[in-house]
Amino acid sequence: METTRRRLIQLAAFAPLASAFVLGEEKKKATSSAAAISPAAVPKMLPELAPGVTLGPLANHKPSLSPREQAHQRYFPDVTLTTHEGKKVNFYNDLIKGKIVTLNFMFADCQEICPLVTANLAKVQEQLGGRVGKDIFMYSFSLQGQDSPAKLKAYRKAYNIQPGWTFLTGNLDTMELLRRKLGFTYPDPKTDGDKTQHIGNFRFGSEPLIMWETMPGMANPRYLVEMISYVEAEHQGHPKGAREIFHSAARGKG
Amino acid sequence: MYYNVFGEKVSKTRFKEMVNAQKNRRELIGANQFSRRDLMRMGLLSGAGYLVAKSGLSGQAWGQSAPSGPINQPASPFTRSFVTAMPVMPIHQPVASLTPTPTVDPNTAAGEGRTAPHQALTVFPPQKFYQTVQQIAPIFVSPDLPLQQLYTFDGFSPGPTYVAHYQEPILVRNFNNIPNGPQPSGFGVPSVTTHLHNSHTPSESDGNPCDFFNSGQFYDQHYPNQYAGVLSDFIGQGGDINEAMSTLWYHDHMIGATSQNVYKGLAGFYFLFNDHDTGNETTGFRLPTFPDFDIPMMFADRVFDQDGAMAFDLMNLDGILGDKFLTNGVVQPFFKVHPRKYRLRWLNTGISRFVQMFLTDPSNLGTDQVFFQICKDGNLLPQPIQVTSCTMGVAERADVIIDFSQYAGKSLFIENRLQQIDGRGPTDVVLPAGQGENYVRIDVTLPKVKDNSGDPRFMKFYDLPALEAPRISRTFHFDRLNGQWSINGIFMDCNDDGPKVRVRVGLNTAEHWILSNLSGDWEHPIHIHFEEHRLLSRDRATPPPPEQGRNDVTRVKHNNRNELFFRFRDFHGHYPMHCHNLVHEDHAMMLLWFIDPNGGDNNQLP
Repeated sequence: METTRRRLIQLAAFAPLASAFVLGEEKKKATSSAAAISPAAVPKMLPELAPGVTLGPLANHKPSLSPREQAHQRYFPDVTLTTHEGKKVNFYNDLIKGKIVTLNFMFADCQEICPLVTANLAKVQEQLGGRVGKDIFMYSFSLQGQDSPAKLKAYRKAYNIQPGWTFLTGNLDTMELLRRKLGFTYPDPKTDGDKTQHIGNFRFGSEPLIMWETMPGMANPRYLVEMISYVEAEHQGHPKGAREIFHSAARGKG
Repeated sequence: MYYNVFGEKVSKTRFKEMVNAQKNRRELIGANQFSRRDLMRMGLLSGAGYLVAKSGLSGQAWGQSAPSGPINQPASPFTRSFVTAMPVMPIHQPVASLTPTPTVDPNTAAGEGRTAPHQALTVFPPQKFYQTVQQIAPIFVSPDLPLQQLYTFDGFSPGPTYVAHYQEPILVRNFNNIPNGPQPSGFGVPSVTTHLHNSHTPSESDGNPCDFFNSGQFYDQHYPNQYAGVLSDFIGQGGDINEAMSTLWYHDHMIGATSQNVYKGLAGFYFLFNDHDTGNETTGFRLPTFPDFDIPMMFADRVFDQDGAMAFDLMNLDGILGDKFLTNGVVQPFFKVHPRKYRLRWLNTGISRFVQMFLTDPSNLGTDQVFFQICKDGNLLPQPIQVTSCTMGVAERADVIIDFSQYAGKSLFIENRLQQIDGRGPTDVVLPAGQGENYVRIDVTLPKVKDNSGDPRFMKFYDLPALEAPRISRTFHFDRLNGQWSINGIFMDCNDDGPKVRVRVGLNTAEHWILSNLSGDWEHPIHIHFEEHRLLSRDRATPPPPEQGRNDVTRVKHNNRNELFFRFRDFHGHYPMHCHNLVHEDHAMMLLWFIDPNGGDNNQLP
């Protein structure tokens, strides 16, 4: 009996739940229809606390920021970058906010891996067609501060990059902060100093959905397009399942 | 160049302080040598429960494992250790029937997200029906943290435990009721696919990452609960008894987002009993009785932000290591036991951490406590092995028998002593007893009760399944190319499917798979779905005893050469092989392989 009483007090101590608890709201049982199921208002399982243990100061704490604003502060600094056309832009407000975007790093003088990734992503752009620049925005960031807008513009031209895919540069500190905030890093400092270790990966996501994924930049471009399409469908509020996303017919069948 | 967690440049001296702080903090709190009150008295803890950000004890140093590592991960607020009783997940109860009635073909009109027909629904008609709803619900993790809005199965995280029996097929209807739109705490993807790890399940019910379904949809999964061989070399005998599994688990496997969704709570246990492993200590193998003395323990590590909400670094590419250690979903609980033998079913769900669990007696740190390991990856070993620790990569399991009668009145810890500082893998340093991370405290304080369970020294379980000559030997090189994970230089594609895929094995044949790791100083727990494999050799030598039996995860270190024996029996279709460091899996250290009823290919380096 003592245990039960203690657990009731414990549950009531969670302020947001107290009212629901007093009203005697029961845990909801699953029924045969998904539509009839609503999320539980109180935890279904509340473990017993040791005698004398009360809730700590954070137990009823509410976050001061929305998840979206928190993601902004964690990952998307308000730094100024320069586009390949020489235009100054704010990374968060102008490039990321409210959009579906793709992100990768490169530098113009990179000889081995960058050309392969850039060429592969050019196929992704081609397959996405008119959605790039309208629904989806592609960004490539220079790892080298000395990549001038003119150099990036020439690089872009060499790969026949179409509108909607912007190349960006900035001072070395800004680009380094961006690289680290976006997680294009390696745990070992020596390897981390090697720029070519960061440029294989390709991120894409929806800022308002806080939905971010990463794929190898050299994966099959058609597959990359499909994975981006998943995020796009979620972003637009018309989610698509595996059947609608992947082009392979007769999936799973011999 | 050195940075703090906010991406600000700091001096080398400051960085050293931060690293030291991390070390001090772990030594002080992890070993639980100082209570919260002690820390307050020493002026090291602020009133709000945060460690004071000076004196080399800043909590923010925690996420800073290396000067080049990710900078987005916060350090968790202070939590008291061993103040919450360890919860045990409820047993999942079947329902009388499902509406609409399950169908062989996907019931697309009714909202089923399945993509292929059930291949064995009429061969093994379900005798029990379950339904489970994936939904967001408030979950208690610590009295020092707010309730977490997690992904749950029916409001529970970890999810309810399935109690299944061999030769009793079941069907689970899986509803996705996670709303679309931004997710609480800013991570998680509202499409799901539940993998039953590592059941002998037809492909369409396996929970393949590429077979996900969306919010508002459902998916019927048919679990025949048959021994491997049931439709092939052991036809008419119900399969090969030596392929019996005991401890399985289920978890989300969403393509590209498994790490987020498992971290957010989508995992649970699935126990399989039979006439030998009966759950009753007076019959069969006489293993401690379920559920009183047969206890699941799901280990996980997590990090919480300054608001106390579970935090996931969406930009991490290496692996996410938590600084809070959870057992059955609760931060460092205590668990009271009777002084008798228990079967504990250990599972490391990570999502990236390797652990080596010891049983620590704080009053006797100089002696490693001895216990019995009876299972590896849910497979009973030929006989119990006396051990002092169990090493588990993510998804690996170890069932152990511990006799607590020798510890009556004492408190013990289940302590991870394997050092790991980033996602690359453990450092191979085994910390001294008392300096690791305690996942749970076991208090041997309940009264003495009868113990009818057998003596593990004399137990004998199943023989190892017979080997046969392989049809082909294939090699898989796990590699890292400019930051991209690849297998044999090729990248993941969900469309690698059907008879033209890169790896096509013949139904009811055997193969050798050689797993090699060329990715530098990274260690990968490699999981291959469907049948258990035998690890024949590691670097041409016999593996350690617990790994000599059946496995479904094999740890692959740099330059390792692991030779596996595999059979592919009874069912056909696509299955994945992937790294179970879920962050690696997601981007995308994985390939699909295909069991073809019309025979396999001969590609030795697919």
